[in-house]
Amino acid sequence: MSSQENNQQTLLEVEDLTMRFGGLVAVNKVKLNVKSGQIVSIIGPNGAGKTTVFNCLTGFYKPSDGRISYRGENITGSKNHEISRKGIVRTFQHVRLFKSMTVLENLLVAQHRHLNTNLLSGLFKTPAYRRSEQAAFDRASFWLDKVNLKSMANRDAGNLSYGQQRRLEIARCMVTQPDMLMLDEPAAGLNPRETKELDELICELRDHHNVSVMLIEHDMKLVMEISDHIYVINQGTPLADGLPDQIKNNPDVIKAYLGEA
Amino acid sequence: MNTTSIKNALITSVVFLILASFMMGVQLVPEGTSISLSLADPVRLEALGVALALLFVFQLFREPISNGWQAVKNKLPLPEHGIAETLQTKGEQHPRLKQLALAFLLAALIIWPFFGSRGNVDLATLALIYVMLGLGLNIVVGLAGLLDLGYVGFYAVGAYSYALLNQYFGLDFWSCLLLGGFIAAFFGFILGFPVLRLRGDYLAIVTLGFGEIIRILLNNWTAITGGPNGISQIPKPTLFGLEFSRRAKEEGNIPFHEFFGIDYSSGYKVIFLYLLALLLVIATLWVINRLLRMPIGRAWEALREDDIACQSLGMNKTIIKLSAFTIGAAFAGFAGTFFAARQGFISPESFTFIESAIILAIVVLGGMGSQMGVVLAAIIMTILPELAREFNEYRMLMFGLLMVFMMIWRPAGLMPMKRPHIALKESKEENSSSISQQPAHAA
Ligand SMILES: Nc1ncnc2c1ncn2[C@@H]1O[C@H](COP(=O)(O)OP(=O)(O)O)[C@@H](O)[C@H]1O
Ligand SMILES: [Mg+2]
Repeated sequence: MSSQENNQQTLLEVEDLTMRFGGLVAVNKVKLNVKSGQIVSIIGPNGAGKTTVFNCLTGFYKPSDGRISYRGENITGSKNHEISRKGIVRTFQHVRLFKSMTVLENLLVAQHRHLNTNLLSGLFKTPAYRRSEQAAFDRASFWLDKVNLKSMANRDAGNLSYGQQRRLEIARCMVTQPDMLMLDEPAAGLNPRETKELDELICELRDHHNVSVMLIEHDMKLVMEISDHIYVINQGTPLADGLPDQIKNNPDVIKAYLGEA
Repeated sequence: MNTTSIKNALITSVVFLILASFMMGVQLVPEGTSISLSLADPVRLEALGVALALLFVFQLFREPISNGWQAVKNKLPLPEHGIAETLQTKGEQHPRLKQLALAFLLAALIIWPFFGSRGNVDLATLALIYVMLGLGLNIVVGLAGLLDLGYVGFYAVGAYSYALLNQYFGLDFWSCLLLGGFIAAFFGFILGFPVLRLRGDYLAIVTLGFGEIIRILLNNWTAITGGPNGISQIPKPTLFGLEFSRRAKEEGNIPFHEFFGIDYSSGYKVIFLYLLALLLVIATLWVINRLLRMPIGRAWEALREDDIACQSLGMNKTIIKLSAFTIGAAFAGFAGTFFAARQGFISPESFTFIESAIILAIVVLGGMGSQMGVVLAAIIMTILPELAREFNEYRMLMFGLLMVFMMIWRPAGLMPMKRPHIALKESKEENSSSISQQPAHAA
């Protein structure tokens, strides 16, 4: 561990995370540690259990065993929406947008918690309601600009190209003002130029927007370039972890994963 | 013509023959104490034969026919999208024009009953009740995507709330209008809790059951609800204490015509009821229009689109579903209260499953989630059966036919829902200048 890592505060700590589906052990005693302001990647072959780890961390699955703590608070087994309210949001391996709603509406839905949700003040458009609505528009506008989708604001989300949908999904996470962003294979299906843009976007999020990022990705160039720390999982079991250079040169990893390709 | 079309035509004809011979080709004839089966009268058999021949020929030449129809359609100078959509786009392009048109429409809606016949005004009132019901169910089914087959239960709750509160506590229409809505909403809330864990088909079946339970309860709780005999002499609404009857029924009330010193006419009452229904519908439209542009309305739609994504964004699925169910039920409650007041008599018979089916048909026909579509569909669904009274026996058949044609012709409904267009401020410099200005940094 580098000295820089030691200075930072631990945001998420996972110990002995285990997930069983009947007889199948999809995740076996996985340990993770994410410090604030880091980009941490999880890599491993298909079916290694990476998405399952994400599902456990975000409350989609109740882990069979282990402990997840976020900012020192035990969140193991908390409900999905409770966890995301604490500031952990994610994207999905298969994009999940509100397809028949517009791009802008997608971003407004995500901000429901920052909007004034009082029924009466909404019905009668009180000044307070208008202000919170305007703030939501501004925030949406800001992030649409960041992901280069401003001109698409009133298009149906389902009509965007694949790369645009991926970016919109990230923007939709960001308008919730998270502390931790979890991206599940965000570069899958992107062309090299789009991947480059994604790389820059993720770095910007970390450097200027106070989010830590957890990343599942198969694009090794991307992973090695931007990760502060990498965890390797193979068949549900942790194989190695360390800095990009350490992982690149780890014989076990090369054998199990990099060598395969 | 090829072998597949011959095969198709044969299969269709055989299916038709089997169905028709059982349903229409034979009849039961009572013979003393027993019943025997005999052939239907020759006229009907001939008609069946003609129908069979037509069907066979149509299926045989279906391809050329539909090709020809397509050609005709292309030749016609009709706009690409339906008339409704064209109107909608026009309205968006010229907001002033739209407002003017709406004002004229409203004025026409208010003025015409004074010249229309009594029967027509009465029918329009009924149509308006269905508009309200359709709009309410549209929240649950069209927006939130929860298939509710027991919606009529809440309609019944509203109607019986007024009837019973009036009978036992002497409450008047206006206070019961609010109470009826609240009580129905409360029922929606209570019933919603256990139901909303279920998805899709299961939800539909359980809500169907709830609708029936409410009806059966009303039917059998004779001591309070009067059972199948229903409740009669429910007072009509009053206008600031003015009654629309010949003589005041309640102590201290003055009849409307005496107050204004005009002759009594039962027409006033009908017109008053119509205007009241119009007012309720406009209020409903306004409320739902606002809800749609509020976080809660968007949350309903988002939930219909993808509930997993919703949860991952911190939305509580149960609360959102429950709110749709509750608010939808409230509108049924309002409609029910008004219905009871208009009829003056209610019984469980008015709240059978077929009513739920009709309201659902209105939502589907109009276009899931679309307000104007639902209004249009409600009007069509109430007025068509009246126009074709002689075919009353075949009412359900006609509904079925209408549905089939709609699914082929416009699968998204008469007027598919349009997304609201929100213009974002063009503030290039502000957004791209520096990171310190970004609004997302509040936390
Ligand atoms: N809900 C589930 N039920 C049963 N098995 C599952 C479930 N989710 C994932 N798995 C299994 O867990 C293993 C890991 O899957 P996943 O986490 O999607 O892998 P990765 O994302 O690393 O490609 C796979 O064998 C998969 O079949
Ligand atoms: Mg995966």
